[in-house]
Amino acid sequence: MIRLGVPSKGRLMEQTFDWFADRGVRLSRSGSDREYAGRVEGADDVSLVLLSAGEIPRELVAGRIELGVTGTDLVREKLPGWASDLIEITPMGFGHADLILAVPDCWRDCDNLDDLTSIARDFRAAHDFRLRIATKYHRLVRAWLAEHEVADYQLVDSQGATEGTVANQTAEAIADITSSGATLQANNLKILSEEPILRSQATLFANRVAADGPEMARFLAQLGVAV
Amino acid sequence: MIAKRDKQRIGQRLLDGFRAAGAVEVAPDILLPAETLLDLYGEDIRARAYVTIDPIRGEVMLRPDFTVPVVQMHMEHGAEPARYCYLGEVFRKQDMGDLRPENARDNEYLQCGFELFARDPDADAEVFALFHRQLQGYDLSAETGDMALLMDAVRGLPLSTARKDALLHHVWRPRRFQRMLDRFSRPARGLGLSDSQATWSGLRSPEEMTVRIARLMADRDEPPLAAEWGDRLNQLFNLRASAPEAVTQLRGFAEDFPAIAPAVEQIASRFTAIAGLGIDPASIIFDASHGRTTMEYYDGFTFTFTAARADWPPVASGGRYDALMAVLGKGRAIPAVGGIIRPGLIAELEAVQ
Repeated sequence: MIRLGVPSKGRLMEQTFDWFADRGVRLSRSGSDREYAGRVEGADDVSLVLLSAGEIPRELVAGRIELGVTGTDLVREKLPGWASDLIEITPMGFGHADLILAVPDCWRDCDNLDDLTSIARDFRAAHDFRLRIATKYHRLVRAWLAEHEVADYQLVDSQGATEGTVANQTAEAIADITSSGATLQANNLKILSEEPILRSQATLFANRVAADGPEMARFLAQLGVAV
Repeated sequence: MIAKRDKQRIGQRLLDGFRAAGAVEVAPDILLPAETLLDLYGEDIRARAYVTIDPIRGEVMLRPDFTVPVVQMHMEHGAEPARYCYLGEVFRKQDMGDLRPENARDNEYLQCGFELFARDPDADAEVFALFHRQLQGYDLSAETGDMALLMDAVRGLPLSTARKDALLHHVWRPRRFQRMLDRFSRPARGLGLSDSQATWSGLRSPEEMTVRIARLMADRDEPPLAAEWGDRLNQLFNLRASAPEAVTQLRGFAEDFPAIAPAVEQIASRFTAIAGLGIDPASIIFDASHGRTTMEYYDGFTFTFTAARADWPPVASGGRYDALMAVLGKGRAIPAVGGIIRPGLIAELEAVQ
């Protein structure tokens, strides 16, 4: 039996259902909207597990599900060494979001990371603490900034409403996921001109150990994707 | 697998050696307040140190190294000159990339260290010779560097103070440093200021932006750095040779680059002092960029002792950290030099012998 983990609500769930339906596998929630049980039609030996999107990476690694749909951002942020445990089967073409670094739009002197580096140095000298970047993607942002040899900053944790931290003066810049940039604009923030830290989208992942079996090969062939 | 007890035993032996050299043993806390360390090392240390929360004390960190607590201890009660030694665990986590490493590095290991706080020009030689003596017989290669040489070279470039300060600030970040140097070597481009009308937001003030824009405008009028200076700097940074050969070459560089002459003579006299303590300088490598990849707090002499084992960190490392002392001393600056040995690695070397 292949257990397939799918986000349990919202647009991500609907688009996932559509993606599988296009490939002849009908996924549905059984019973009422409040029930997190699912049904699979059109494929043998596959069961549906509805989960919070954020839990899917962990469940995949633990082997409690064999296949799962989640964003590349969550996998890379939450699972150090993810590629040792998981295989990226295929990007699914929806749920696009970029992890970006944004600063106040009023900073007329800040267009790119070199500017931010220079501003961070001045900021630290003026304020006696490091320029704060609010984010929930600590590992990804830290690794990216280390690779670009940025110093004089600190990360502050923000699990929600990250765009508001600058106006609230709890951070000077933010690193967050954005799809349209509309929320950033509404909060008077602008994106640095560098390539995004990560381009994320909904992706079908498999547990590496489980990916070897004939059952998995058959199901993936049916979906028209290969390991 | 070598038992911890055996590593401890080697640590104790090294500690005896440091005590015999006049050091007082100190035993700093294992759980340290995180704030000072985070402020000093930034996010690099957060990626590598174990941070946890104490309900009363706030963020605390499992000791990632001894230098800071030893310095703080000294600032509170010490008088100079002072020699301290210590033995204990440090804790470092490994934040892996996409793949889990086959052999995880130790996340808990012993360090046995020695720190010397003194206004003595031969302090570098004393510390190096002491480590050399402790590590004799393990077939390690000794390498040294000197961050003061690199910083004096930058200060000696025909650049504005603003540009020199920017380069000095990034001397520990080689790629950013090089990109900046390349930019200073080209004619300046436009400022690229945006015409945003957005209302002001955030803690950075409009005045701070005005100051920076004024600096950018002054920078735009600065002539590019002549190519020969970039070449000289790169030649200097790439110098790697045995100590006597390096001193000869450095003296040659200093003829075209007089700003480095005092630092060169200091390096020469350091090796003379080391020779005076019975170590042949020809057996020591001098690598001008040696200190650039170590911790940011070394700002003078640096050294490592390395075994010929793939993927091993240095068995011992150390250096001078006067600027760190100035930061932690809040105005009370004392020159400081010190280093650590990893008894666990010595134990592995002995297990093979």
